[in-house]
Amino acid sequence: MALANEHITAAAVAAAEYPDLVRQYQVTGVPKTVINETGEILGAVPEAAFVDQVIAALGAGSEPPETGETGDVPA
Amino acid sequence: MNVRSPADLETALAGLTSPVRLVFFTQTFGCETCLPARQIVDRVATLSNLITVEEYNLVLDKEQAESYRIHRAPAIAVVGAADTGIRFYGVPEGHELVSLVESILLVASGDAGLSDESRARVADVDQPVDIQVFVTPT
Repeated sequence: MALANEHITAAAVAAAEYPDLVRQYQVTGVPKTVINETGEILGAVPEAAFVDQVIAALGAGSEPPETGETGDVPA
Repeated sequence: MNVRSPADLETALAGLTSPVRLVFFTQTFGCETCLPARQIVDRVATLSNLITVEEYNLVLDKEQAESYRIHRAPAIAVVGAADTGIRFYGVPEGHELVSLVESILLVASGDAGLSDESRARVADVDQPVDIQVFVTPT
């Protein structure tokens, strides 16, 4: 999706390496997708459903989050 | 081309037709996974002459970190003719290595591989969307 629209960024986050993000986004299983903090998709879903849920999350209205502060990396 | 396992990586990347940069962000202190991540990035780069690696320090190279909107290390930005906002945070091992290679192929092709319907719907998005997918290597 990031390739298809310049407004979209997509990151794969290794959950085990970022326990602070896991707590912040309440990740209890993978894959879990977080969209602008307000939306979430649990598990792997078909492409059309994924697109639906991303667009639905935009309807909730929020700015994209910062993914963390510089240096905020687990030791 | 589908990448099903690490054994397919070299074959898959042989089909690469456009240059791709792996922009790698490391951190000198407090980053135990930065070295293994860099080693994997280097190994991927050896599989195709069209893949190059740039390394920046998250703390020292603030301008680059801001430019790529990177706030953590290790991080990899997969960049083709333009930066399309594809990032990997953490060590890209196991299935994530396959995902990284698939991203390289997609970025090189410039084609997201979406269905026509999805492509049309995604094209209508006119506000910032930040998608984070939490994953594990297996």
